[in-house]
Amino acid sequence: MLRFILSRLLQAIPVLLVVITATFLLVRCAPGGPFSAEKAVPPEVVRALEAQYRLDQPIWQQYLSYLGDLARGEFGPSFRYPGRTVNELIAGGLPITAELAFYAMLVALLIGVCAGVIAALRPNTPQDYLPMSAAMLGICMPSFLMGPLLVLVFGIWLEWLPVSGWGELAGDKILPAITLGTGYAAYIARLSRGGMLEVMSQDYIRTARAKGLPERVVVLKHALRGGLIPVVAFLGPAFAGLLSGSFVVETIFQIPGLGRFYVQAAFNRDYTMILGTTVFFATLIVLFNLLADIITVWINPKMRHQLSRSR
Amino acid sequence: MENPHSATLTQEQGSSLWRDGWIRLCKNHLALFGLAVIAFFCVIALLTPWIAPYGYEQQDLQLGASPPSAAHWLGTDIFGRDMLTRIMYGSRVSLLVGFVATGVALVIGVLWGTVAGYAGGRVDAVMMRLVDILYALPFMIFIVLLMVVFGRNILLLFLAIGAVEWLTMARIVRGQVQNLRHQEFIEAAFSMGLSRWIIIRRHLIPNTLGPVIVYTTLTIPNVMLLEAFLSFLGLGIQPPQSSWGLLISHGVESMEEYPWLLIFPGLALSITLFALNFLGDGLRDALDPKASKD
Repeated sequence: MLRFILSRLLQAIPVLLVVITATFLLVRCAPGGPFSAEKAVPPEVVRALEAQYRLDQPIWQQYLSYLGDLARGEFGPSFRYPGRTVNELIAGGLPITAELAFYAMLVALLIGVCAGVIAALRPNTPQDYLPMSAAMLGICMPSFLMGPLLVLVFGIWLEWLPVSGWGELAGDKILPAITLGTGYAAYIARLSRGGMLEVMSQDYIRTARAKGLPERVVVLKHALRGGLIPVVAFLGPAFAGLLSGSFVVETIFQIPGLGRFYVQAAFNRDYTMILGTTVFFATLIVLFNLLADIITVWINPKMRHQLSRSR
Repeated sequence: MENPHSATLTQEQGSSLWRDGWIRLCKNHLALFGLAVIAFFCVIALLTPWIAPYGYEQQDLQLGASPPSAAHWLGTDIFGRDMLTRIMYGSRVSLLVGFVATGVALVIGVLWGTVAGYAGGRVDAVMMRLVDILYALPFMIFIVLLMVVFGRNILLLFLAIGAVEWLTMARIVRGQVQNLRHQEFIEAAFSMGLSRWIIIRRHLIPNTLGPVIVYTTLTIPNVMLLEAFLSFLGLGIQPPQSSWGLLISHGVESMEEYPWLLIFPGLALSITLFALNFLGDGLRDALDPKASKD
């Protein structure tokens, strides 16, 4: 198991290097230097600025010193807001985005797993069709449509919940979490239905039933663990999706999280900011994929067994 | 798995596979309905310049934003432009992105997967390792980055989205090709002295078509979503061009006063995604019975 974790960690290194290099080159390829679009600046100021951002060095040297910065955990300064660094923005925005993602995941897992399991218990009956049609609706209703519609209905017409903000008014976290979570709830419902259907036809479930266990125990104790493996494997990609989903949800609900900063940086063409945040996002996503892989192996006795045998 | 002889006798037996699939598809009413909706939308999109009730740029500033009426079935926006017309023109861009970007993904994915699966050994290992690495990249973020760095250009959008979506296609095709490669009809073709390229083109690719068609149908809605997502953030299609994502994003700005500006483009997008997903699921049941477990 330890060896598996180590080897996966080692595999993550080239991925991260590719991400950093590609992002770095892309940002450096951007047409027009970061200062060229501004009004005419005296050449000595340009030179001083270039020295500050190391733009006067050859590109490989810039790259190496950027790698050095990253190794020390520094993601770089902002071009647009002198004195602000990517680290500060991450420190300010990450807790909010993390909280939003956590609630959204909670919504997704609760609704998704319940709907999937309920559907799988009686396949091809109304009890199956109803949750699965709802899931299809969730998949075809992107967050940037779902969010405004929820705001329109619950915020503006019914006036039950605040329409924007984060942590200012009571209940203003509900709509963003639901908006971000429903799409994933739909995917998780389909995955857990598939997983449960497969597990429920296995011999060990028949054994459990033959022992006379009540159906509740069979489902919750024996089937759920195996049936949810596809869901756990999905959590890594889902996390990446939650991050990009936060771009939209934080923009709709005016939440001062990382996603909104990223979109703003993209609009401002704040290249160092984009570079730093992209590298940070990529690292997070790679780490979460890794985590999801490890948990998948850990909860799946068959895969664990294969690993220990292959050693 | 298909009959291994189907490729050598393409005309007689190959067609029966497709006819079987068609018969199975016809029994699935939801999928047929999806197909009909998509066909209808495509025809409308193609004919838009001739059948749109108003001109694309035609404004009626005095009218302003008006709710649906007999003259403007889906209402007008704040400049008095007919929403039905704008949604019809938007469908051209949305559907075009969906089909072209999926086409890009299809070509790259099928070629990559076939070569990797056919070559095997070290070539295969290197090629698929590359796919694994690309898989782990946060592509959504990369597309945003690309659009920022190189400007918001529709051609780039096609390429960027296509470049993301080919990975799964490559994996599916490689798996298929690996299965097929050691079957007798390929060995027979090889012993007859056919060149590798002809074997790939005549025998391998046609036999992987079932899963490829299924996955392609399911990729189109993803691509359309991606385009709408980018346009919503202001990083995709730029005015004066229009797409459903852009219309939704404009609709959100004034949804409080004029909810129809959000609801109708939203409906158009959702219905299309629904139809494509139902069609994709139906095709999977019809053409690729093994994959339709969940």
